[in-house]
Amino acid sequence: MKKVMNMVNAINDALDIKLAEDDRIIVYGEDVGLEGGVFRLTEGLQKKYGVERVFDSPLAESGIAGTAVGMAVAGLKPVIEMQFSGFANPAFNQVVSHVARMRNRSRGKYTTGMVIRMPYGGGINALEHHSESLEAVWAHIPGLKVVIPSTPHDAKGLMISALESEDPIWFMEPKRIYRAIKQEVDTEKFSIPIGKAKVIQEGSDITIVAYGAMIREVQKASVLAKKEGISVEIIDLRTIYPIDRETIAQSIKKTGRIITVHEAIKTFGVGAEISALAMEEAFLHLEAPPKRVAGFDVIVPYPKGEGHFMISPEKIFYEILRTVKY
Amino acid sequence: MFKEYEPINKKMFQLMDNEGKIINKKFMPEISTEKILKAYKDMLFARTADQMIVSYQRQGRIFTYPPNYGQEAISGAVGQIMRKEDWLVPAFREMGAYLAKGASLKELFLYFMGYEDGLNFKNAENFLPFAVPIASQLLHASGIGYEINYRKKDQVVFTFVGDGGTSEGDFHEALNFAGVWKAPVIFIVQNNQYGISTPFELQTASDGIAIKSYAYGIKGIQVDGNDFFAMYAAVQKSFEYAKEGNGPVLIEAITYRKGAHTTSDDPSKYRTKEEEEAWDEKDPLKRLKAYLISNKLYSEKEEEKLLEGYKKQIDKEFVEAENYAAVSLEDVFKFNYAEMPDDLKHQKVEYENFLKWKEARM
Repeated sequence: MKKVMNMVNAINDALDIKLAEDDRIIVYGEDVGLEGGVFRLTEGLQKKYGVERVFDSPLAESGIAGTAVGMAVAGLKPVIEMQFSGFANPAFNQVVSHVARMRNRSRGKYTTGMVIRMPYGGGINALEHHSESLEAVWAHIPGLKVVIPSTPHDAKGLMISALESEDPIWFMEPKRIYRAIKQEVDTEKFSIPIGKAKVIQEGSDITIVAYGAMIREVQKASVLAKKEGISVEIIDLRTIYPIDRETIAQSIKKTGRIITVHEAIKTFGVGAEISALAMEEAFLHLEAPPKRVAGFDVIVPYPKGEGHFMISPEKIFYEILRTVKY
Repeated sequence: MFKEYEPINKKMFQLMDNEGKIINKKFMPEISTEKILKAYKDMLFARTADQMIVSYQRQGRIFTYPPNYGQEAISGAVGQIMRKEDWLVPAFREMGAYLAKGASLKELFLYFMGYEDGLNFKNAENFLPFAVPIASQLLHASGIGYEINYRKKDQVVFTFVGDGGTSEGDFHEALNFAGVWKAPVIFIVQNNQYGISTPFELQTASDGIAIKSYAYGIKGIQVDGNDFFAMYAAVQKSFEYAKEGNGPVLIEAITYRKGAHTTSDDPSKYRTKEEEEAWDEKDPLKRLKAYLISNKLYSEKEEEKLLEGYKKQIDKEFVEAENYAAVSLEDVFKFNYAEMPDDLKHQKVEYENFLKWKEARM
């Protein structure tokens, strides 16, 4: 059976399915219980599964992540919410020093399978600390896996995989498209593998790698490019780390051109990694230098200036033209 | 005990004086002679090992080590009470508790020699690896406490931190979470007067640490951490209290780090000889030994014999650790994830190719 869902509904549905079948799963964070979180993503789950399994925690991100380490080593499967990715920073020490390392430090004796989920990204007229995209920071931490869905369907399937993973999953939800995209999603349980990218549009002239809210912008840009006779292949990365080198390399070998699009800042970002990958894996196939369309290396401007910062389809189209005509 | 020694009354819980005489019979715990003797021997063993490790370090046979010297009664007491099924969430200065949990000296040696294998305590259930970042482990204890309540298990969590660690935000968060959750966690602060070189009065303006328990709505008590009987009674009481579902307890154990912070530290730079000598009077082993000898339960002769055996055993385990197998390349890669991601496999293969080249060429 299928049902029309937005991303919020789809993630809620994944949590609902897994809460019902796995009593190790405990969902908590700031306001996630009674109210269902500030985005109402966990709405209804406390009522259904009780306050022992879905609850409001004290307002302390390090505390939330640190207690999740304890729960996980004792055999539970915590799903914790960071209210906004910009508020996850106090948890940095717990995540880097313990969540990501416990398996290695204890030589596999203790593991910290958990899901740390949070809304991230800009474009929603939010004030400061609510618009950052720090996926590259988290992807740089050995022991973590970083997942970013771009559709309700993917969000559900990836969340199911995250809840079944033995590794800690840093699950970033592009809040700009929490409710902006609706689609029919299977109501049954299904999963999408972590670590695999997906070619969502085949093309022959240029490869564009993107993820999260940028997929929609890339799709719009590809329509503009098509009018100019340029065939764009689009890869939705889905998982930032482990990065799917194979899918990206194959596509570049086919098209000879690569652009990475992300709203995170440019320098030392995911696009830099993919550009390096292009050089390492497909150097002789390249017909133009790998390109990045990304945020400026600045603090995300507040809403009145954010228009300058956000990536538009036109900006992507402009870079497509430059790369194809290089 | 909690009522009479409420932190607000500013009365440290003590049962035995510096000469080993029981001065507070009312709260003297019920403890068998065998158990007292065992506790003393455990403390003596820990001290002997500790001293030998420091000398191994001086010989360049081990990297860095944080000595326990002077603080043995705290772990010694916990070691007599903690059960196999209870959790031990350590900092890194609680050797007696590790050994009581089932960790081997050899494993401890391995860790301080630079092997991750030293943190996989094969015969110690429910014992987390040491926590070096300071106070972060306390939150793990609170989270484990949540699991115990959720699964309605009969377990208690023992966790440790130093006085310096109480300044960290995680100390506050851990006590706060445990309080809200009524988690069965015993937080033991080893207040040894210094965080490396920083004295307690530069760490906090608080009148001790136990008093902070009020802020979290939990029980707290300040104990003479060099008095084995007081530590035993306080830990026993806290253990029962937590086990019965009443929530966490904060124990502040007043002690003194007679050794250095780690073997890289030189305490003579920040404390006086007079101060050190004053604390020698309160030494935990000296006091318990005086009690045992005055009650005719123990003799110097026995101690000599014990020490001889201990030294042999410790040295044997140390030599075993020194002969431990080299770390394999596989082990560097394989524990970061449940399954090695392709990216890591790729990096491993590239390095192996280099090694092959090196062997053929160099």
